[in-house]
Amino acid sequence: MSRSVKKALADIRSNRFLNLITIVTIALSILVVSVFLLFFENASRVLESWNQGGRAMVYLDTGFTPKMLPQLKERISGLGRIDQMTFISKDAALERLRKEMGAKTLFFESIEKNPLPHALEISVAELSGFEQLAALAADIEALDMVESVEYGQGWLGRFLRLFNLFKMTGYAMCSLFLLIALFITANTVRLAFYARKTEIEIMRLVGATESFIKTPFYVEGLFQGFLGGALGVIILLAGFLTLSSGITQNIGAYVYVDIRFLSWPAMALILSSSTFLGWFGCYLSLKQILR
Amino acid sequence: MSADGGKANIIRLFNVSKRYGGKLALDDVSLDIEPGEFIIISGPSGAGKSTLLKVLYLAERVSEGQILIDGMNLARISPRKLPLLRRRFGMVFQDFKLIPNRTVFENVALVLQVAGEKPSYIRKKVMHVLRTTGMEKKANHLPPTLSGGEQQRVAVARAVVGEPSIILADEPTGSLDEHSAQLVLELLMEYHKNGATILIASHNLGLIEASIRGRNIALKEGKLQGISTMLY
Repeated sequence: MSRSVKKALADIRSNRFLNLITIVTIALSILVVSVFLLFFENASRVLESWNQGGRAMVYLDTGFTPKMLPQLKERISGLGRIDQMTFISKDAALERLRKEMGAKTLFFESIEKNPLPHALEISVAELSGFEQLAALAADIEALDMVESVEYGQGWLGRFLRLFNLFKMTGYAMCSLFLLIALFITANTVRLAFYARKTEIEIMRLVGATESFIKTPFYVEGLFQGFLGGALGVIILLAGFLTLSSGITQNIGAYVYVDIRFLSWPAMALILSSSTFLGWFGCYLSLKQILR
Repeated sequence: MSADGGKANIIRLFNVSKRYGGKLALDDVSLDIEPGEFIIISGPSGAGKSTLLKVLYLAERVSEGQILIDGMNLARISPRKLPLLRRRFGMVFQDFKLIPNRTVFENVALVLQVAGEKPSYIRKKVMHVLRTTGMEKKANHLPPTLSGGEQQRVAVARAVVGEPSIILADEPTGSLDEHSAQLVLELLMEYHKNGATILIASHNLGLIEASIRGRNIALKEGKLQGISTMLY
């Protein structure tokens, strides 16, 4: 094995330019994938923080009377995960609305009957995602005396759908870039193989086995993949350190943002994927050449 | 020893033919070679000399006939076992077939590396062989920096370093001046004295006749023309 490693290193040294091109190509492909991964990791965390402990407004039926409140509260509490419940009577709601908007309109002067329903404002604790909040809202909506539940399903739902669509596009782009890197690695191995055709022919003449001939190529592929991945992550880290503080300063004042670099598992995933990519490119190439 | 009291043949060819398209490069050749023999395969260009060597080390498969090497039937050698067969041979070519970007030492060491020998043994053995071929001082040189004669001496060193029982040399002196050719032949004779069976394919019979005692196998248009013993 040490012979193969030495041989692979010597081959990389003797074919520096071709290897450098391959490593840089793998690095750029990995960079694109890592950028997406970094974005999704952070965006998911931010979205999660927006979702967790979410609020929902339960609008009650016109037949509801405050006498029914204890029974309704009990049934909602029975659904679990409810942190807090505050009853807002239709009169209190109208009063609140009047305070907030009264100065801007004469509408409140003209109404004879309160059009607003009684409502319950609930805080939901420790939900792992939007889907759980939606499921809880559906359970509450199914109860008697509940007219509807509003929990931001409009904008947050749309935003999440958009985010998921973006995520799918990201996956497709990542796959495409990884495929490009795979083809380039395979092509480099093919070029290296043809450049060493005489050497391989001589090796066979003196009794070298196929594994003796192939192993240095595989080791070279693993090196290329690992170094390409590491370079990609280093470029990403440099970019992240340059840009993240600016983003936090500019946007952090308006919305909650907590931008972090890739987690250790994500970095391990990137490095192992790029190393595998180098090996797999080599495998495909040698399989085709030596069949 | 064979049943008739002679040495068991190390190489046997039974009605061997090799066809390239419609052209016969070897035509019904049968031959027995004993261990330790020095064989010169002679004939004009296109006589089938190189083809005969190629079918022996399985660079080519025969179209018809059978070949036994040390009792092994080459028709039954699988691609997986082929490297093991090749390690029984030492090979020398007219164009040397040295790896240009590896040093003299590395070129010779390759034979022992593929056989899985230990680095300490490889170092000792390679330096010994380079000493005997007079190439010790050029151990760290790259082949393109050497003369043709020197390159061929490296090729001989590579052929003998694994102590093979058979050495095949295809026109080993073809591209060398007379002095260098003489040196290479002397080296091959030296290893022959140590017990190796040597087969040299050459069209330069004059030089070989003057240097070597052995059996001459004459080929013409792929056919065996005759076998004679040469004495110097």
